[in-house]
Amino acid sequence: MSTDNSQKEVHWQRTKSLMITHLVIWFIFSFVVHWFATQLNNISFLHFPVGFYMAAQGSLVVFVVQLFFFVRQQDKIDRECGMAEEE
Amino acid sequence: MSFFKPKGTFIDNLPRIYGLYTGGFVVFILLMALLEQAGVGADAIGILFVVFTIAIYAIIGWLSRTMEVSAYYVAGRQVPPVFNGMATAADWMSGASFVAMAGGIFMGGHAYLAFVVGWTGGYVLVAVLMAPYLRKFGCYTVPDFIGTRYGGNLARLCAVIVLVVASFTYVTAQINATGTIASRALQIPFEVGVWFGLLGILLCSMLGGMRAVTWTQVAQYIVLIIAYLVPVIWMSNKQGFGLVPQLVYGDAVARINELEPILGVGTLKPTETVAGVSALTVRHSVPGPTALDSWRFITLAACMMLGTASLPHILMRYFTTPSVKAARNSVAWSLFFIFLLYFTAPALATFTKLQVLDPNLATSIIGKAIADVNALEWIQKWSNVGFLKIIDSNGDGILQINEFFMRGDIVVLATPEIAGLPYVISGLVAAGGMAAAMSTADGLLLAIANALSHDLYYKMIDPKADTRKRLIVARVLLIVIGAAGAIVASMRLTGILGAVAWAFCFAMSGLFFPLVLGVWWKRANRAGAIAGMIIGFVSGSWYLYMVRFAGMEPWIGIDHLRFGIIGAGASVVAMVVVSLMTREPDEETQAMVDAVRIPKGETVLGSVH
Repeated sequence: MSTDNSQKEVHWQRTKSLMITHLVIWFIFSFVVHWFATQLNNISFLHFPVGFYMAAQGSLVVFVVQLFFFVRQQDKIDRECGMAEEE
Repeated sequence: MSFFKPKGTFIDNLPRIYGLYTGGFVVFILLMALLEQAGVGADAIGILFVVFTIAIYAIIGWLSRTMEVSAYYVAGRQVPPVFNGMATAADWMSGASFVAMAGGIFMGGHAYLAFVVGWTGGYVLVAVLMAPYLRKFGCYTVPDFIGTRYGGNLARLCAVIVLVVASFTYVTAQINATGTIASRALQIPFEVGVWFGLLGILLCSMLGGMRAVTWTQVAQYIVLIIAYLVPVIWMSNKQGFGLVPQLVYGDAVARINELEPILGVGTLKPTETVAGVSALTVRHSVPGPTALDSWRFITLAACMMLGTASLPHILMRYFTTPSVKAARNSVAWSLFFIFLLYFTAPALATFTKLQVLDPNLATSIIGKAIADVNALEWIQKWSNVGFLKIIDSNGDGILQINEFFMRGDIVVLATPEIAGLPYVISGLVAAGGMAAAMSTADGLLLAIANALSHDLYYKMIDPKADTRKRLIVARVLLIVIGAAGAIVASMRLTGILGAVAWAFCFAMSGLFFPLVLGVWWKRANRAGAIAGMIIGFVSGSWYLYMVRFAGMEPWIGIDHLRFGIIGAGASVVAMVVVSLMTREPDEETQAMVDAVRIPKGETVLGSVH
């Protein structure tokens, strides 16, 4: 029982740090990047001004890719800690 | 029709069923194109599109009828992640996303992209903080989670109230949108169109609850995404930008940026004002220069994100998956399917703008003789309904940028006409808009009716009610709320977008922190949650009232679209302070939170409750 509890503890610690990692990425691409839109517009990417590009497409791509990674990472944590559901 | 087979086979056959359905829809489009060639009128094609698609949804709704509680509330918890992703995308993308978003970008430029960022980034919060845990909890509704986690009827009731206010604000906007599209496509008065739209919505949801809504939403997603992508790809191909316009419209953005100073966008201000329409005065890709502009961008994005993660009609979609892992997976798929439309909207706005502005293109109107512009068919058509106006303010007979007034909402609907695409495309777009508005309205109505029937009626008023009675109450409430929504919609109180942004702010003010902290902070207790919901919701509503109706000057640019910042801010402070001042939750509650945090094991609430 105690090993199960310590496993739970490890599982929750790893889940929390994964959460924080993803929220930091989310914060950067939701807010930080767009705060500097004017400056970023001076650079171009695929012929787009980058400030516009990030808001119209760049941040969105990051969110989608990040979530598919998150699903895999969290699943790995669940399995390694023995907390995954039985199939 | 072998559509509805016994359970196992039905789920296994989903890809085949929806594959056939998609093929059938494409054949239908081609058939309409043939009819157009054969000389059938534009109006008849529009009517066929709308009626045919609604008939399909109604058939799916009828086939999915059920008298089981678990099927009615959570579709029997057997929806595979990818299909739930499509259903969520349809549930999510409303009439506002479909009809108004590209138009908003067209008129509002960079500042408006905050909606695009906010309405996608919110899913990161849903996946990381909420959906898997709520699925593990095993609730039927969002107030079910609040009521069980914090205990007591008062907490449950507060959650029900916030849910009803937020969702009802939202649903009137959707019924309004179905009414607008139905009235245009079927040539009936708006007031009749609203009731027609409601009828279609109820046909999908009434008999089968969540199960019926799930399978119609998947069908609606397929229609709406085809309807959104086809015109953009067609137009892009016609202009020589190729078949993946989303990747290559950088040059179009640059060209607009080059043209704007020449045409006077941002410098030539209109000399007159016309109600309901406005001239283009904002640069397309150039953000406002001040820190306040940046602040306004990120606060709007933040409201839309936290609102996304608090709106019950979205969260409850993840109660329908077979497992916690599937719920998580399904959020990623939802965002992918939403992304397909949202990264196309700015491309659509850009191409349409270029069509109108670029003097090298045959379709351009700015700088042309007003007499010629007035002779264009689409100009006449939209002027007649008051969505567009041309005034020769300086009397020189040439159309300047500040003499062309339009309503942003028409961009998506008018684009096929502006670009000279066949009418079959306009019919397709109308069907897509209808699908978007109907699917969202369905999800919202069901969220409200389920909260009232399950949480208010069954859990609080009559816990002994039998299954039959519960499901009858749920259906009666669905009709009553739908009718109330239609009555409010027919009064046309706000524009589509204002009401949508308010719904997000209401939801985040009352529900975001009680939901998140319920999982992530064991110390959160009943008193704290109740304080968080009441103080958040009341202060948000008060602020909305003050800035929108009582003439108060907004604090640092936080206007009526962003009142959730105030509400959620007050909510988190109240919840933390009150929780810490009162006793920590009992052992049983703490064990419940522990159980929610791991995917393994039984759900906290039994499979039927």
